[in-house]
Amino acid sequence: MAALPASIDDTLALMAQADYIADRSLATVLFLSLRMGRPLFVEGEAGTGKTEIAKVLSRTLGRKLIRLQCYEGLDVAAAVYEWNYGAQMIAIRLAEAEGEHDRERIEHDVFSEQYLIKRPLLQALEPDPDGAPVLLIDELDRTDEAFEAFLLEVLADFQVTVPELGTIKAPRPPIVVITSNRTREVHDALKRRCLYHWVGYPDAQRELKILRRKLPGIGKKLSEQVVGFVQALRKEDMFKVPGVAETLDWAGALSELDAVALDPATVSDTLGVLLKYQDDIARIDQGKIKALLDEAKAELKAAE
Amino acid sequence: MEEGRLADNIVYFARALRAAGLPVGPGAVIDAIQALHVAHVGNRDDVYWTLHAVFVKKHEHSVIFDQAFRIFFRRRGLLEKMLAAMLPETMPQTPKSPEAGAQRIQDALFSSMSRGEEEREIEVDARLTVSDREVLQKKDFAQMTAAEIAAAKSEIARLALPFDRVRTRRLAAARRGRMVDMRHTLRASLKGGGALIDLKYLGPREKEPPIVALLDISGSMSQYTRLFLHFLHAITEREKRVATFLFGTRLTNVTRAIRERDPDEALAACSAHVADWAGGTRIATSLRAFNKLWARRVLGQGAVVLLITDGLERDVDDTLSFEMDRLHRSCRRLVWLNPLLRFEGFEARARGVRTMLPHVDELRPIHNLESMTDLVRALSGAPAKAYDPKEMLRKVA
Repeated sequence: MAALPASIDDTLALMAQADYIADRSLATVLFLSLRMGRPLFVEGEAGTGKTEIAKVLSRTLGRKLIRLQCYEGLDVAAAVYEWNYGAQMIAIRLAEAEGEHDRERIEHDVFSEQYLIKRPLLQALEPDPDGAPVLLIDELDRTDEAFEAFLLEVLADFQVTVPELGTIKAPRPPIVVITSNRTREVHDALKRRCLYHWVGYPDAQRELKILRRKLPGIGKKLSEQVVGFVQALRKEDMFKVPGVAETLDWAGALSELDAVALDPATVSDTLGVLLKYQDDIARIDQGKIKALLDEAKAELKAAE
Repeated sequence: MEEGRLADNIVYFARALRAAGLPVGPGAVIDAIQALHVAHVGNRDDVYWTLHAVFVKKHEHSVIFDQAFRIFFRRRGLLEKMLAAMLPETMPQTPKSPEAGAQRIQDALFSSMSRGEEEREIEVDARLTVSDREVLQKKDFAQMTAAEIAAAKSEIARLALPFDRVRTRRLAAARRGRMVDMRHTLRASLKGGGALIDLKYLGPREKEPPIVALLDISGSMSQYTRLFLHFLHAITEREKRVATFLFGTRLTNVTRAIRERDPDEALAACSAHVADWAGGTRIATSLRAFNKLWARRVLGQGAVVLLITDGLERDVDDTLSFEMDRLHRSCRRLVWLNPLLRFEGFEARARGVRTMLPHVDELRPIHNLESMTDLVRALSGAPAKAYDPKEMLRKVA
C-alpha cells in the first residue's frame, strides 16, 4: 500500500507512474478528494479517461478496486447484497432431517454471514489489510433516481443495513470515484456530497504525451500528425467529436497498417475508428480531410 | 511607415477616439502627427505613449485610449463595435449600428400581426353553450379575461395525468409475476418452519417516462405560451422528471426555473432566462442545438418529447427535416402539439409543417381547455388514428 500523495505535484507524479497524464485541475481535485475523504464525481464526454482515474488510483496506491457498473434496473440485490438461497434451502432441509424444529434457531442459522453474498457496495465497506479500497461507481447516470437516493445514504455514512444481520459500517471510508456520461442529470444532493470535476478533451501537447505513453512504439511523425488531425477535427461542428480513447484506437489502427505518416486516403479508410456517426463521417469528405491535414501540418510547423 | 499612410492612420484613429467619447479635435490630430515625427518613434510602445500624451487629457480617458489603441492597431474593423461596447453611458455615442434586438422585435411585430389577422378571419368555434364550464372549454386562451384564465389555471392544476407507463428493468413484488422472488419465498417458507415452500413472484416495475417539452415562444405562438407554461408547470409539479426548453430563435433550458413552487414565480423565473420572447422562429437551429447539446443528457430512459410549435418556419431547408429525424430517432415518442390545428380547415400546407410531419409519431391539437384534456389523453393512450401524421400528409397529397 502506498501512502496518499502529499501535494498536487505528488498527485500528478503518482498518476504519471501509471501512464495517466492528468492536467493540473484534475490533480488538484483528486488530491483534495483524497485528503478530505470526499467522493470524486467526474463527468465528461465518452472516451476522456474517467473510468481510468479509479483504475490508476487503485494501481498506484496499491488498493483493491471494486467496481459497480450501473445499469437500468440495478437494485439492492445486485449492488449491495443477496442471500445464497440455494445453500439456505439445503441448510433448512438438513436441519429438518436432523430433527431440528426450532424455527428461531433455523432462521438464525440460515441468515448468517456465511449465506450472505456480498455485492460491490458491501465489499467496499469491508476492512481490508491493504487499506480502504477504491470504489468505482461507473456511469451512475444509467441507473434511476431511486438508486441514486440509496447511494446518497451509503456515501453519507459509509454504512449499509442488512435487516437480518444489522448495520455494517466501514472501518475506514473507501476512496470513491463516481463517473457519469451525463445522459441524465444527477441530483444536486448527491453532487453536493462530492467534489466535482469535468474531464474535457486534452490540448495537443497533453494528448501527444498520452499517446506516447500509451503507445510507445508509435513513430514521432505519425503521433504528431494523428494528434494534430484529431485536434483540428474537434474544432469542427460535429455531433460527436472523438475522445482520447478514439485517438488511441486510431493511432493503434494506423500503426497496425504500418502507416508512418497520414495521407488523405488512409485517413478516409480508417475514419470509422474516429467517428461513430454516419452524418459526421459523411461530412468529412476527401476535401475536408485534406484541409484538416493541412491545418494539422501547419500547426506542427508553427510549433517547431 | 511612409508619410501618407501614417497621417491617414492617425486621422482614422482620432476619429475612433472621438467616436468613443474622447474630445479629440483636428488640432490634436495635427499635433499627433508632428509629435510622432519629432519623437522619432521606433517601437509600438513609443507610438502608444506619444499618442497618449497628445490625445489623453483626463485620467479616466486613459483606459479608453488604451483599449482603442490595442484594438485599432490590431484590426481596424473591430474598432467601432468594441468601442460601442466599452463606452460609459454618459459619453456621446457613436453612430449606432442596429441594435441586436431590433430585428427580432420587427420579426415579432410582423409575424404576430400578419398571422393574427388570418386567424381571426377563420375563427369558427367559441359557441356559447349551456354551462359556464363548457364555454370555458371552447375558448381560446388568447381571448380569456383574467378571471377566466384563473379558472383555466385551476382546471389545468386539477388535471390528473394518467401518464403513459413504461416497463423498467427493475423488479417489484407481483402477484402474477414471471420470476420467483427468492427473498420473499424463503422468508414466507420459514414462517411455517420450512415444511412448505410458498412461492412469491416478481414482475417488472412500471414507471412514467420522463417528459421533455420543447415549447415555441416565438411571436406567432405568443398568445399561447403563457398557458402552455402553466401547463408545463403543473405537470412538472406532479411528475419530477420533466425537462422544459423554450425556443424562438435560440434554445433556452428553463427546467430549473419552472420548478419554482409558485406558478407565477416560476413563469417570472422563466422569462428572466429567455432573451427571445415573441421573436422570430428558427425551429431547425433550435432543434439542432437541442440535439447536439441536450438530447444525450435528457432523452435517456425512454423520454417522451412534446414539441409545442406551430411549425411555421421561415426558411425551410434540409436541416429541418434532418434535425427532426434525429430528434425522432433519439426519443421514444415524439408528440407534436400544434395550436394551428384548431381550424377545421387546417391542412398541412405550410412547408415547415409538411417537412416536420413525417418525423413525428402523432400530431395533436392543443388550443383550448378541451384540447388540454386531450393532451392529457394523448400522453396516456396509444396514438389515435385521427391524429396520425401520415393520414394528414395523405390528405394534402
